[in-house]
Amino acid sequence: MNGFTAPRKTSQRILTGGALFSIAALAFTACGSSSGDAAAGEANGNGSEKIGVSLIVKTTTNPYFVAMQDGAKKAADADGVDLKLAAGKSDGDEDTQIQAIENAISKGDKGILITPNGPAVEDAMIKAKEAGLFVIALDTAPSSVDAADITFATDNFAAGTLIGQWTASQLKGQKATIALVDLFDDKIVSVDYNRDQGFLNGMGIELNDNKKNGDEAPSGKYSFAGGGDYEIVGNAASQGAEDGGRTAMEMLLAKNPDINVVYSINEPAGAGAYEALKAAGKETGTLVVSIDGGCTGIANVKDGILGATAQQYPVKMAELGVKAIVDLAKDGTKPQNTQGLDFFNTGVELATDKPVDGVKSIDTAAAADICWG
Amino acid sequence: MTTLETAGPPAEQKDLAGEFQDRQTPMTRIRNVLHKYPALSPAVVLLVSIVVFGLLNDRFLRVENLSLITQQVAVVGTLAIAQTLIILTAGIDLSVGAVMILSSMVMAQFAANEGAPGILALAAGLLTGLAAGALNGFLVTKFRLPPFIVTLGTLNIFVALTLLYSNGATVRGSAMPGLLTWMGTTFPVGPVRISTGVVTMLLLYLFVAYVLGKTAWGRHLYAVGDDKEAARLAGIPVNRVLMSVYLSAGAIMAVAAWIQIGRSNAASPNGGVDMNLDSITAVVIGGTSLFGGRGSVWGTLLGALIVGVFRNGLSLAGLDVLYQTLAVGILIIIAVSIDQWIRKVKS
Repeated sequence: MNGFTAPRKTSQRILTGGALFSIAALAFTACGSSSGDAAAGEANGNGSEKIGVSLIVKTTTNPYFVAMQDGAKKAADADGVDLKLAAGKSDGDEDTQIQAIENAISKGDKGILITPNGPAVEDAMIKAKEAGLFVIALDTAPSSVDAADITFATDNFAAGTLIGQWTASQLKGQKATIALVDLFDDKIVSVDYNRDQGFLNGMGIELNDNKKNGDEAPSGKYSFAGGGDYEIVGNAASQGAEDGGRTAMEMLLAKNPDINVVYSINEPAGAGAYEALKAAGKETGTLVVSIDGGCTGIANVKDGILGATAQQYPVKMAELGVKAIVDLAKDGTKPQNTQGLDFFNTGVELATDKPVDGVKSIDTAAAADICWG
Repeated sequence: MTTLETAGPPAEQKDLAGEFQDRQTPMTRIRNVLHKYPALSPAVVLLVSIVVFGLLNDRFLRVENLSLITQQVAVVGTLAIAQTLIILTAGIDLSVGAVMILSSMVMAQFAANEGAPGILALAAGLLTGLAAGALNGFLVTKFRLPPFIVTLGTLNIFVALTLLYSNGATVRGSAMPGLLTWMGTTFPVGPVRISTGVVTMLLLYLFVAYVLGKTAWGRHLYAVGDDKEAARLAGIPVNRVLMSVYLSAGAIMAVAAWIQIGRSNAASPNGGVDMNLDSITAVVIGGTSLFGGRGSVWGTLLGALIVGVFRNGLSLAGLDVLYQTLAVGILIIIAVSIDQWIRKVKS
């Protein structure tokens, strides 16, 4: 505040200041860009040589999507595709995905592979289609079918149904006291309710709104494999991670220590729930089931930490996605939906070492051969 | 360094004698300039980064892409105006994103489910923003709770209210009256298409810059942020100023909600919560001091644009999204370091 009375010198000073920050910013952007020089060069120069594809996953904090990225990278290298990766900051982060779609259009990509974080992304997907990009949804089907040209996915509801049926068969008529270790309690995402509701459906428990967790009758009868009584202790959120799974399970055990069935949204959450059971001395005789089929999860099934898991194939989804865009760019071949479904089903298998009658499954040795992560 | 000065021509020396008490090294001079014009350093960073990204990828400087960047920063840029007002009073608002999402869900559901006309739905959203601002302001002024704690609490309250109210359902643009999605419409200006939301954001910046710079309210706001006690002794009604700041911020968040609906052509209860941090990032990079009393909304606009340019530019250059986040992190540290350095002028 103390007197700048010489205005003609101010401009000089501004210049000096400007120079200083230019240097700082230049130095910074230079280090930032060094690792991406090759890709940038290609995008700059003869972009028509390589097929540009953007893979936009839900979040990179989940190994499932990291596996998907790795699968896509391998396929891209093999097919000579210029692959760009983007991701939401967290599951449900739609804004970052919208920006990534817009950037893909701006970049002149041929196609987009996306695991949409929610319905608000779909408007941007349609814009990408209108701009001439081929849009493939991976893992999660958009809520309106026309937002993507095609979806490569597993049916999360069907995956939940498999582990529900397995659980009911294991119980052999015993009463089921059920803990539901879900994904979130501060937002609502499709994978969360599809898996949870699929599981209850598999056990033969009547659902109310199949897009809403926790609105079922708290007790009643399950009907699969002979059926029996059930009691739902409650739903608790795990954030899909070990620590969250443990906390969620501790809360549910505090509500009812007689829990003998634990559904978990994914294998890390299931492993966390198992730790809580172990700490309470209740790990034997409690059925913990999960969904995903990651290599760690399959190992946990082998060790008896999880009773069964439904295995999905994110790597296959990514490979098929990259290949579909390459085929389209080369000779115009478009991928087709699986017969009778409105998406291309990449499949799901029940992985367990305790098979039951009436539910098709593979053992952990076979599952470990094709696991991801 | 001072030897350089004395080596100058005689005329220069005379000048120096005139402002003898100011005799400084070039570094302190830069500091003084930056202290006087807080928006200068972000302006330089923005220009340099635009040039660098333009060199890295020839698509970056296309007008469509530049227009796209403005659309990508419109929501955070608007929220950052509200954040600037609050930070200028030495406060902070962690609930901006949550308030925006709550307000957007109220607008969308009111229109889509109750069949309210667009203008009424907008009014309901505006009222929601004002009510949220009033709650924050009330807790800050009447209970004298620190704004950080107050808004950390209300952040959770608003997130929960949003989910309870919306039942987690997204409302699509097609289910809403045209007025609610109007912010997403674009109109041609020469070769570019500009979105209504971006224009609205810019008008808000103009308006708030005018109010801050030219009215008594603006001067009171700076005074309260600089030194609350001194402002009180000078006869400024501190609590009334603070309350009005939180109310204005709430209204601006409602406008951001409107822009957000237009941008995604849908109202979604998910996400948006971490826009509190994005808005603080824009304010900090824009050179406004987190300690209050110093800064400008123009700096904030530059800050928001810098983040947008970095994210878009790094993306076009083919860098992983994680490097974009890394870049923003480094920018924040640099900006705060500069702020600390500039603040030494005062002592």
